[in-house]
Amino acid sequence: MAESYYMDEDLKKFPKITEFQKAMGEKFFAWYGSVFEEGALTAREKSLIALAVSHAVQCPYCIDAYTQDTLQKGCNEEQMMEAVHVAAAIRGGASLVHGVQMMKKAKKLSM
Amino acid sequence: MSSLLSRQSRLSSAVEQLKYLEQPDFDLEKFSQKLTEYGLSPLRPTKLEIFQINLGKMCNQSCRHCHVDAGPDRKEMMTQETMQICIDLVQSHRFPIVDLTGGAPEMNPHFRWFVQELRRAGAHVIDRCNLTIILANSKYRELPSFFRDNQVEVISSLPHYSQGMTDRQRGSGVFDRSIRALKMLNDVGYGKEGTGLKLNLVYNPSGCFLPGHQASLEVEFKKRLKSDFDIDFSKLFCITNMPISRYLEYLIDSGNYESYMNTLVSAFNPAAIPGVMCRNTLSVGWDGALYDCDFNQMLEMRTHKKSPQHIKDFDLNALESRSIEIGQHCYGCTAGSGSSCGGETTLLANPGGSKGTLECPSLK
Repeated sequence: MAESYYMDEDLKKFPKITEFQKAMGEKFFAWYGSVFEEGALTAREKSLIALAVSHAVQCPYCIDAYTQDTLQKGCNEEQMMEAVHVAAAIRGGASLVHGVQMMKKAKKLSM
Repeated sequence: MSSLLSRQSRLSSAVEQLKYLEQPDFDLEKFSQKLTEYGLSPLRPTKLEIFQINLGKMCNQSCRHCHVDAGPDRKEMMTQETMQICIDLVQSHRFPIVDLTGGAPEMNPHFRWFVQELRRAGAHVIDRCNLTIILANSKYRELPSFFRDNQVEVISSLPHYSQGMTDRQRGSGVFDRSIRALKMLNDVGYGKEGTGLKLNLVYNPSGCFLPGHQASLEVEFKKRLKSDFDIDFSKLFCITNMPISRYLEYLIDSGNYESYMNTLVSAFNPAAIPGVMCRNTLSVGWDGALYDCDFNQMLEMRTHKKSPQHIKDFDLNALESRSIEIGQHCYGCTAGSGSSCGGETTLLANPGGSKGTLECPSLK
């Protein structure tokens, strides 16, 4: 077993996933590149969304990559942490909103 | 933060800095090899258009990233005699632009006379003003109107539109004083449409990451400075931090030197080369010594030994046909969209750019 499952230096190997499946990998990277271009949303807004989603899916590589990317795009720490709170609020809210299911079932089962 | 010199740091020596840059304890492709690979060696100047003159290393600030190692304790100052040689050359050769830098150039006692004489000689004058100097002492309060009266272009550093990032890089309280100074410049017409008075801001990262896209950052800076402080400015220039002097110290102390250099190398963009400043600029040190750029000046790498090395020996033909001195720090000007004293050197996409490969804490 490796010392750590996630290694900093492995992130730069991401493009090499095409080694095992070239066609699909290339399609993914082409699509990925298009997604993050300036569009109806700015590249900066997309980077903040990506930072939030990175926390929601708890991907260490993505967190590293989009911490750097948001800094590079001129975001400050306050803005970055607000993005993380958005992710946390949705994750927390997603649990809590199921409380209505519990309440509905409880009320059906109870006198 | 005090100067490396006052702390007697080994990095106050250009020789020691060059050891880190040229003989690192990790593999790094030589910049000279990159130029050869792309058929760009030797690097040659184009027409000399900009005289960039360092009026001295004294500064009222001691910024964490300063490549000059400037500060209140630095005493080096250009003399009036050297300034007169510069004025005579600007007049006789009709150089269109003179770019004044420091330290805080305004702290040189001959600053105002020099600006007025350069204007009389027909040059467009740029002052690299740190903003806070305007509020540092009552004798500097009239600088905005002096700049206006002499049609000086003002270029000022503001690493972020928020206090935290700015103060961490430039010192406690700098952000608030910079905002007050920007308002004073706006009040006399700087940065306002229709006045012709240019007020350009410089963004450089508060940490060990590359600057983002200049046009996008300019939009964000304009929006935030207008909404939060009612401040207007002309353009935003993005400049990459150079791995020399106090920024080199920060990179080494934070354990980011190797990763930052690798980031610069992997972001090497040959399309940035034609616009690098050393090709149309001559850098003049406070003592009249000549350099290919401000960064070479701080590394004490003078112009090529076969060309003039001091302002007293100025020879335009010899200087315009010289080879430009290069080193590993030059990767700083060729990364991503390129970097010069006027910001990005190209709007082309970065072919070698990497994303998310650098573990990089911002300045604490």
